[in-house]
Amino acid sequence: MTARRVTPLRAAELKDAATRLLAAGGRMQMAYAWYPEPQRLELRYTASPASGGPFAIWRCDASEPIPSLATVSPLLSWYEREITDLFGLSFTDHPQPHHLVLHEGATAAVPPFAPDYPPDRPLLVKRTQQAVPQVAGAEDDVQLLPFGPVRADVVESGEFMFFYVGEAIIHYHPRLFFKHRGMEKRFEGIEPSRGVVLAERVSGVGSVAHALAYCQAVESASNCIVPPRAKFLRVLLAELERLYNHLHYFGHLCHTTTLKVGEAEGKLLEEQAKQLNTRLTGSRFLRSVLALGGLRRDLSPDNWLESELATLRARFSRYAEHMENTASHLDRLITTGKLDRRLAFDQGATGPIERASGIDRDLRRDHPYAAYAEIAPAVAVREAGDAHARAQVRIAEVDASIALIERALDLLPDGPVHAECNVIPDSEGLGFTESPRGTLFYAVHIGGDGRLARVKIKSPSFSNWRVFPFTVHDTNMMDYGINEASFGLTIAGCDR
Amino acid sequence: MPQWTLLGLLAGKQTAPWPLAAGTDGQNGFLGMPRYKPALCTDACEACADICPTKAITMRTSSGATSRLDVDYGRCVVCQLCTEACPTGAMSPSSDWAFGARARDDLFWQDDAAARPASGRATLRAFRRSLHVRHVDAGSCNGCESELQALNNPFYNLHRLGIFFTASPRFADLLLVTGPVTNAMLGPLRTTYEAMAEPRWVLAVGTCAVSGGVAEGGYACGHGLDGVIPVDVYLPGCPPNPAAIIHALLLFLDRAPQRVKGGQLVE
Repeated sequence: MTARRVTPLRAAELKDAATRLLAAGGRMQMAYAWYPEPQRLELRYTASPASGGPFAIWRCDASEPIPSLATVSPLLSWYEREITDLFGLSFTDHPQPHHLVLHEGATAAVPPFAPDYPPDRPLLVKRTQQAVPQVAGAEDDVQLLPFGPVRADVVESGEFMFFYVGEAIIHYHPRLFFKHRGMEKRFEGIEPSRGVVLAERVSGVGSVAHALAYCQAVESASNCIVPPRAKFLRVLLAELERLYNHLHYFGHLCHTTTLKVGEAEGKLLEEQAKQLNTRLTGSRFLRSVLALGGLRRDLSPDNWLESELATLRARFSRYAEHMENTASHLDRLITTGKLDRRLAFDQGATGPIERASGIDRDLRRDHPYAAYAEIAPAVAVREAGDAHARAQVRIAEVDASIALIERALDLLPDGPVHAECNVIPDSEGLGFTESPRGTLFYAVHIGGDGRLARVKIKSPSFSNWRVFPFTVHDTNMMDYGINEASFGLTIAGCDR
Repeated sequence: MPQWTLLGLLAGKQTAPWPLAAGTDGQNGFLGMPRYKPALCTDACEACADICPTKAITMRTSSGATSRLDVDYGRCVVCQLCTEACPTGAMSPSSDWAFGARARDDLFWQDDAAARPASGRATLRAFRRSLHVRHVDAGSCNGCESELQALNNPFYNLHRLGIFFTASPRFADLLLVTGPVTNAMLGPLRTTYEAMAEPRWVLAVGTCAVSGGVAEGGYACGHGLDGVIPVDVYLPGCPPNPAAIIHALLLFLDRAPQRVKGGQLVE
């Protein structure tokens, strides 16, 4: 997989390069830092050129002052703030120079990703109140509701700040990274083969997407060719993951629109999908199957999977039809949380979110990996950009997923499922998957000792959490829960 | 709207009879904790201890022991790597998932498992048929949350057992914690515990909450709940499946027996 081209750039050239890329119709994907040598910090920018084709990678030595590119490509703002927190590198003229990953109370004499930071030393943390900006002009009327990090129901931890007047939300600010586990640092210094178990546990409901992106990154660095049967089974696993995630999404969405039977049906279908996962792999989250070079063991889907999926598909299409015909449900979705195409692009929306705002992008088709070159998915796009469009994209994706699984089972070749993956010292690779929530990148650097030197994870929720607040400002409290559910966000992948 | 009522009625009863009556628990094919059979262990082999990502398996250093390995199921992330690395079947795959235990010690493998006394103490009877649970995510990967959310799907239907999730810690009897306890969640976790009225109890769900899991240590993470707040029931698993969580809740309420002793399931 030669899906990347590396170009060296000087700090002074970065802004021009980004401006030119965007003007031509390209897109910035992510930025991260790493230490190629103990004293030399280097920045990496990943971009999609307008012409399509391989990802462009810019590398830039961080010894000179680095300009912030957030004013050119706003989605880069969070990446730069993350680098500032974890590597101690500041960007000149950053429009939002605040902490992102580390909270205000966290202090360290050296940043946690500095080469001399011991792997087992905890950061010093003092819980402090976050300094929140004043909403201009209305100190007496605007109230602040800080909600979280421990919130009602069984949900992930995060703090949401609502500046509101009565029912109207004036401004919304999510405070994430309470769940920051330092997962990227846990990869450093271990053998590449041992990274798979870690990658499976970065985001539980994205176990396959994460492990697959990681495996593909290392395989790309090692010039390892995965056998055809393993490639098809990887598609099977990735689509089964999409299936249970999307089914969960509808159960939760119906919960927020108080469609009780719809909630029960969605959650029951999710449970049935997870039980199929267990029957096939022994894991409800499809874990412990992927390995560098293919799969750990062969899977035998036989005939039962196809017939079970046919039953599930019939039941889902009746369910989807009911949802699409229920006025009380649709009333709450249509025009809710509108995200226009321009905003979606600038702030880096990904997956079903961007496709619901009219951006036709899907890595499975645009940069095919595993066996997607042979069985391309039908990509669903909607223009409306509201909660309803986001749900409709996912309805179409459930159908497309089952169709892909059927095709994969039909075409499933015989043969081995594992090839030896001999890691090349001083190499690097980029791995990516279209996870249920959008584009997921793993950038892997292997050191001279053949061990992992740096693993950067860009999860889809990191992108979509950046976008989400723009659909909440100037809306109302009653729509908030529905809008949040329509995004289908996870926090674990974002916080890492 | 009547179409939904009809859809619901046509679906019929979807709830599993388990655990109230015999029937499927929905975990067919589930790969659980690896089973340790010391008799099959061969000298000079350290394959499983070598491959274990969380040091759940270590070579036993004390002399005079009958088995060669120390196996701590409280650290196991169920990755199955040891069962694949083991050349003799001494570490073998199993479907064992009912690993809820009142004492941390019960999760260490012991020769005399069956003979060990039942540990722990009975819970106040008043809570047996009505338990209110507050969940706190202290930095999990969302796998445990996914399974906790599944508890209220029609298949498991936790309500029927008289166990409810509640929004406020003030109304909660049991604090259910997932995740290895990240730096930023340490404060909110303690505050939540302090906000609960006594008597209050704690259930650690998932290997992260029990011992830290794959994210343990480092600059941002702790080592699970030990030393943070007192734990009444430990449930390792990565993640534990919904049936295992239900079993642990019933075990806590003395409505189900503890099945794990000395790191082995006993009847």
